[in-house]
Amino acid sequence: MGTLYDELVDYGGEVFGREHLETLRECVQCGKCTGGCPSGRNTALRTRKLMQMALLDLREEIFNAPELWFCSTCYTCYERCPKGVKVTDIIRTIRNLAAKEGHMSVPHRMIGVYVMKTGHAVPIGPDQMKLREAVGLDSQPPTAQKHKDQLEQVQTIFKTTGYDAMIDFDWDTMTLKGMAKK
Amino acid sequence: MAKEAEAETREYAYFLGCITPNRYPGIEAATKRILKEFGIGTQEMIGASCCPAPGVFGSFDMHTWLPVAARNLAIAEEMDLEIVVTCNGCYGSLQEADHLLRENTKLREKTNAILGKFGREFKGTTKVNHSIVVLHDVIGLERLKEAVTKPMTDVNVAVHYGCHFLKPREVRGHGSSETPYILEDLMQVTGAKTPEYKDKLMCCGAGGGNRTADSVQSLEWMRQKLVSAIEAGCDCMVHPCAFCHLQLDRGQTEMEQAFGVFFNFPILFTTQFLGLAMGLSEKELGLDAQTTTMPEKLLK
Repeated sequence: MGTLYDELVDYGGEVFGREHLETLRECVQCGKCTGGCPSGRNTALRTRKLMQMALLDLREEIFNAPELWFCSTCYTCYERCPKGVKVTDIIRTIRNLAAKEGHMSVPHRMIGVYVMKTGHAVPIGPDQMKLREAVGLDSQPPTAQKHKDQLEQVQTIFKTTGYDAMIDFDWDTMTLKGMAKK
Repeated sequence: MAKEAEAETREYAYFLGCITPNRYPGIEAATKRILKEFGIGTQEMIGASCCPAPGVFGSFDMHTWLPVAARNLAIAEEMDLEIVVTCNGCYGSLQEADHLLRENTKLREKTNAILGKFGREFKGTTKVNHSIVVLHDVIGLERLKEAVTKPMTDVNVAVHYGCHFLKPREVRGHGSSETPYILEDLMQVTGAKTPEYKDKLMCCGAGGGNRTADSVQSLEWMRQKLVSAIEAGCDCMVHPCAFCHLQLDRGQTEMEQAFGVFFNFPILFTTQFLGLAMGLSEKELGLDAQTTTMPEKLLK
């Protein structure tokens, strides 16, 4: 197996193009990313440190760092980096690799559950239908949650890419394995 | 005149996403109403799903994020219409997916192999527009100004852009992400002032799964942002993003639970604010059904 850097370039490169991920090599540890980071103001997230950890191949350390998940993907660092490092997309790629190895919290897995069940990360319920009626809209929008055949298309995507297996989704109970109400 | 005639026959596919239709339908009602006022139609996208959230699904598995977004784009392509959105998350997700799939043939083939399982295809024939850009560039400031019946001259608005409307600028194409102007322009047509405030360009704290990872910590970013707007003398916050709206409005109840203070700082989506200035009622805009209450100043 190659280094974490190689994996990032291979995996993220397929989506963003290899050059995009290869910008990681340009990092000079100036810290401008960290200085402008709204998360770093309040959390242990040090963007510069994440970049250095990735370059030093500290694979397990970076995958297990809770602060990896405290980036809001605001792109401030991405915009300001004087070396053109595509920081936010590199962080998203690191997260993808971490998630594939099971580093994903239950609340984060649940977002996938809602989408597989309803087509929406934030589904509608009876109370919200009343809110819609109060502003003169149909009680339910014509989205995937309303149309079963359309929802099945979304579910087909999740099955094809293996997202269901990645989060331990159980199609019989329509929630995470072991989470169904008894 | 020709430009105006063109604008009057325009139709968009309205990509609703999740939070606009399922939590804050006032944003949907306000947007449809105002666009219609200027002769712009919005058509429903039957079967559209979650965009899906770019910082969330893009963080977990970009190979699932992309085909779900591509399916949504394909629905608009089948309608032969450009897309309009009311959420920066939807904007970020759909515009980025469209951009990547147009540029990368291999990625497009891989994505279309999945969409082909249910007879859909991404062709690259739609365009993803943000509703505030339609207001600013298609309707135009002059026509908006003419429609203002209740000027907001004594109102100070804290403009909040959110992140994915402006960034990354190489994809969004709205110029500098450090000196944006669209929201300021839109507020000024109502007569409102837009004071600079310390954390104007700061994220609301919700994106990228951060709100889900640690909600109290994400509320703290928002608390700092709201304090800096209040200290600058602002009366309310106006923004272009349904997801920010959820954090900034409902988050104020959660902030009360977490920190023991209820700010009740009014939060409005851009078309809700413009709706008030054009004489629509609080109820028609869904502003009577949210966490934060509107002050007399905005309703007079």
